[in-house]
Amino acid sequence: MLIAILVIIAIAIIIVLIIAGIYNGLVGARNQVKNAWAQIDVQLKRRHDLIPNLTETVKGYMQHERGTLEAVTNARNMAIKAVDSGVAAQAIAEGQLSQALGRLFAVAENYPDLKASQNFLALQEELTSTENKISFARQFYNDSVMQYNNKIQMFPSNIIASMGNFKASESFEVTDAVEREAPKVSFS
Amino acid sequence: MWEQIRDNQVRSVILVTAMGVMLLLLGSFLGQTLLGDWSFGLILALLIWIVMTLVGYFQGDSILLSLSKARKIGPDDMPRIYNVVEEMKIASGLDKMPDIYIVDDPAMNAFATGRDKNHATLAVTSGLLQKLTRDELQGVVGHEMAHIRNRDVLLMAMCSVLLGTIVIIAWYGSRVLFFTGGTRRSSSGGGGAQIIILLAAIAFMILAPIMAQFIYLAISRKREYLADASSALYTRYPEGLASALEKIAASTEQVKSVNSATAPMFIINPFRKNGRVAEDLSSTHPPISERIRILRAMAGNVSLAGYEAAYNQAHKGGGGIIPHSSLVSGDITVQRDAVSAAITPAEKERAREASDALWKLHNYREITCNCGLKFKIPPDFHDTSFTCPRCNTVHHL
Repeated sequence: MLIAILVIIAIAIIIVLIIAGIYNGLVGARNQVKNAWAQIDVQLKRRHDLIPNLTETVKGYMQHERGTLEAVTNARNMAIKAVDSGVAAQAIAEGQLSQALGRLFAVAENYPDLKASQNFLALQEELTSTENKISFARQFYNDSVMQYNNKIQMFPSNIIASMGNFKASESFEVTDAVEREAPKVSFS
Repeated sequence: MWEQIRDNQVRSVILVTAMGVMLLLLGSFLGQTLLGDWSFGLILALLIWIVMTLVGYFQGDSILLSLSKARKIGPDDMPRIYNVVEEMKIASGLDKMPDIYIVDDPAMNAFATGRDKNHATLAVTSGLLQKLTRDELQGVVGHEMAHIRNRDVLLMAMCSVLLGTIVIIAWYGSRVLFFTGGTRRSSSGGGGAQIIILLAAIAFMILAPIMAQFIYLAISRKREYLADASSALYTRYPEGLASALEKIAASTEQVKSVNSATAPMFIINPFRKNGRVAEDLSSTHPPISERIRILRAMAGNVSLAGYEAAYNQAHKGGGGIIPHSSLVSGDITVQRDAVSAAITPAEKERAREASDALWKLHNYREITCNCGLKFKIPPDFHDTSFTCPRCNTVHHL
């Protein structure tokens, strides 16, 4: 009799421990998603901060490329505005900013003086690296989201997830959002 | 996928335990033959091991760094390497930025050290910074970051401490035994049994370091493949690491400040002989040509599963390197968007960049004259002014 009670107690303890382990795993995965998102934000903000320096440096060299510069400034302002308007809208705005920056750096190839400027080289390094950091942060975020969503959907953690009100996260697809737009070619 | 690779960890713990048991056996054998008391030898070996492990745990990284004469750099000293490390830190999901050190050495190599993810250090030689493009550097840093993330760094440090202890005890033990063994044997008068123990002790003293070395090498080689796989996953671009390894393999210089205990911490074996291709048991690292071949065979799928498939292809299905539990996720394709197509300065400029950074780290001041000449002022320069030899401008300090 006593042994039976002990066995039941032992089984109950084991079940509680397993549930606690799964629950903690879910919380850990959710926090990782949150942290990963914060990383993207940090890098996006850094890029927004670097752009005024860049336009300021480039302005003197590129008198004839006013349009390219304005496109970068506008894209930056749009991206800052989009910060609070949801993942999808933000992804599109940031994608456009990336494209505008890409065009600026492509145009800069035609200005040897600019390319020789230490200041410009340093900014180019910073911005390229920030661009890389954004895509690596996004990569890590998406991987974390996938891991978290897998946990929410897979047995047995899905039972605890539904009881504990864990909701699936949305992945951050910048490139897709931009690539879906057809390239505009004009011959005017 | 991002979970710690547990299977491998369990296997590593078993191997480390095997090494530890070997050390303790060696200690007790020596105690028995030299002092007639096995427990004394056992306790002494245990004590030496504990002390060395503690030293290795808390001081290992600073000892290693000072041995290799490495210098710590900040974000402004050399933005390129700092940025590449930060990129890989983000890609690997590490919480804390590791310290970055530069070793002033024309040989191409890199290593990671530190007791855990929050006390990690990454060191690269200046030769590496000069000769690698940004993508290649990223691959190498990704490899080291994987060592940090997979906790290889601590494991390898603990292993090298164990190996070092075994080698030291065996070496001193054999010397003591040759000089005093005879007297001890005659005084205790045990006869045949005593001789057998003595012979066993001698055999063990010869074998223990060799066996320990094999275990050590088995652990470290597996970890190298795993770090390559993770690097491909972090960078999404295995070609970067592959071509970096190719350049490193082609270079002939060896890292100066290295010994056999620290060898596995480098990205390639610093003691390698030129032209060696065959995989043998006495190498801490898999042959470079094979690592390159596997990376190149990943064919667009850069997930851990893709690496596993490429590894099996190269080894005709020889067991595999990555446990099945971490292979669940599907294919991941190579990604390299237009903007991140690296801006890498030409090799000459990279060389200048690296040497400028090193001058600065040695507290040299840089002054650029109006005529374009650059001066590096040593920290012990005591005059208040000097004259430019080209345009005769006087510079005041």
